[in-house]
Amino acid sequence: MLSIGLTHYLVVAAVLLCTGLFTIMTKRNAIGILIGVELLLNAANVNLVAFDRFREGGLFDGQIMALFIIVLAAAEAAIAVGICINVYKNLATVDVDSARQLQG
Amino acid sequence: MSLLVLLTASSAFGAPSDATGAAAPGSVLEAVLFYIVAGGVVVSALGVCIAQNIVRMAVWLFTALASVAVMYFLLAANFIGAIQLIVYAGGTLILLVFGVMLTSKSPWIRFEAPKLELVAATVVCVGLFLSLCTLLGRAAWESVDEATAGTSIATIGRALITEYLVPFEMAGVVLMIVMVGAAHMARQEK
Repeated sequence: MLSIGLTHYLVVAAVLLCTGLFTIMTKRNAIGILIGVELLLNAANVNLVAFDRFREGGLFDGQIMALFIIVLAAAEAAIAVGICINVYKNLATVDVDSARQLQG
Repeated sequence: MSLLVLLTASSAFGAPSDATGAAAPGSVLEAVLFYIVAGGVVVSALGVCIAQNIVRMAVWLFTALASVAVMYFLLAANFIGAIQLIVYAGGTLILLVFGVMLTSKSPWIRFEAPKLELVAATVVCVGLFLSLCTLLGRAAWESVDEATAGTSIATIGRALITEYLVPFEMAGVVLMIVMVGAAHMARQEK
């Protein structure tokens, strides 16, 4: 228990993954779903950095990957907030259940 | 706050640390710090998924992101930790809070999910977590536990403009397109 290894970090990432998934599945607010996606991306990042740390060779590919994931998460959040604002303008709510016009 | 605790704890105990300032692997200090930070991550992640209020969710997300940043410092990834704090906690979260403010008539508005869906989501997520833990318990990783020297910012910067030049430039293009696209989508109708 006292020797912290790779598995400890992976379990923390698993907690982040499952809470993010739960948030996506249960929230009805579009912004809340976005917050769940951020948790999922953080779980991936923790995994990458932990594997990077406990790997032989002193390379840092995992950190570079984490860097690009952070960049893409910022881009994704910007686009998603733009979409949410547009949905709010059209429907006057961000409840994802009410955005069903595409179903025809 | 957590970072402050981390710094004061490492200086107070006088524990051996490597060049990056991270606690030495295998030390009691590393274990104590890990459990504190991991507890912070778990509590705030649970706070995000339990909170019904969107503003509270955003606050819990901030503590989760900050705890994950401290975890990166523990993993000797100082640059990623700093970027996590600057870009995620400083940029993305502010964007989300602006989104909350622009898309709700009142910040206290709630959207409830049906009870059946709550039960189903709980079963799926707890099942996924337990199976992941079983998997992780059985996996035998060939991991090294020596202290790595840590990656300096200069090394990462040099790699970004040599080995990873193409993805780096593509990220720049993607960010520019996203900026234009987001401004176009969210603009006021004439």
